[in-house]
Amino acid sequence: MIQVFAFYLFAVLVILSGVFTISSRNPVHSVLWLILAFFNGAGLMVLVGAEFIAMLLVIVYVGAVAVLFLFVVMMLDIDFAELRAGFMKNFPLGIAIALVLLAELVMGVGAYQAGALALGTPDGTAATPDGVSNIAAIGALLYGRYLFLFETAGIILLVAMVGAIVLTHRERKDTRPQNVARQNARRPWEATINTRPEVGKGVEL
Amino acid sequence: MIGIEHYVVVSSILFVLGVLGIFLNRKNIIVILMAIELILLAVNINLVAFSAFLHDLTGQIFAMFVLTVAAGEAAIGLAILVQYFRGRGTIAVDDVNRMKG
Repeated sequence: MIQVFAFYLFAVLVILSGVFTISSRNPVHSVLWLILAFFNGAGLMVLVGAEFIAMLLVIVYVGAVAVLFLFVVMMLDIDFAELRAGFMKNFPLGIAIALVLLAELVMGVGAYQAGALALGTPDGTAATPDGVSNIAAIGALLYGRYLFLFETAGIILLVAMVGAIVLTHRERKDTRPQNVARQNARRPWEATINTRPEVGKGVEL
Repeated sequence: MIGIEHYVVVSSILFVLGVLGIFLNRKNIIVILMAIELILLAVNINLVAFSAFLHDLTGQIFAMFVLTVAAGEAAIGLAILVQYFRGRGTIAVDDVNRMKG
């Protein structure tokens, strides 16, 4: 019974926060609703026993992506009222397209309930083992069968990181960056001198 | 009793909300990016639900890859957005015609 209650709670909240994400006037509120949507999506995943993906969703999305959105929204000085100008004008077309899409998806689900196509069963190479936790099973699969895909995912993240830095980095005129080569090439005898000044006389620099 | 259909319906509604968000906020590229994140969340819920339904972990592995690509996409998209804002002082999508494509 508690599962049914939890499912409907998460499902209603994820859909509500999705609605508010796309309809908020202030993009900061949109980001906060998006975070709520991700939390409830993670809840839906925990309900079916996929706790690793749920944790990843909370850590990666709420911890990194949503905070990145918040930073960008708050740092850019944008007149959001002007950007909303076409909201009501686009409303009928958007609703029409959304309804068509939803009708198609509902028709698919209805057709499935009337009698599903038999597409066969999974071959069992990635079957969920009994008595092993979700994380252990995913780890065994990820570092075995999907190792190359996993490495590729790492390279994609690296490329994304380098790309983001290259895109946003700019040389400023008024900063004095560290020149490591010059620092390393410098020797003590170039930087210091030993003098033996006479008593009562200064040092000529 | 909650079945796979319930999950499919929830993720369909979320997907359609994401598409609707792209249409409603045609000028504001930040909200468009957020709507894309909603779409990817819907896809992930679908993948995980079917993974549990079929007792096959492949769906969860691929949900992880979708997550990876989504994170990279958000980072690159926002970097392009910041760079564009520096040059133009606006992020209205209508004005993005610099390359005359």
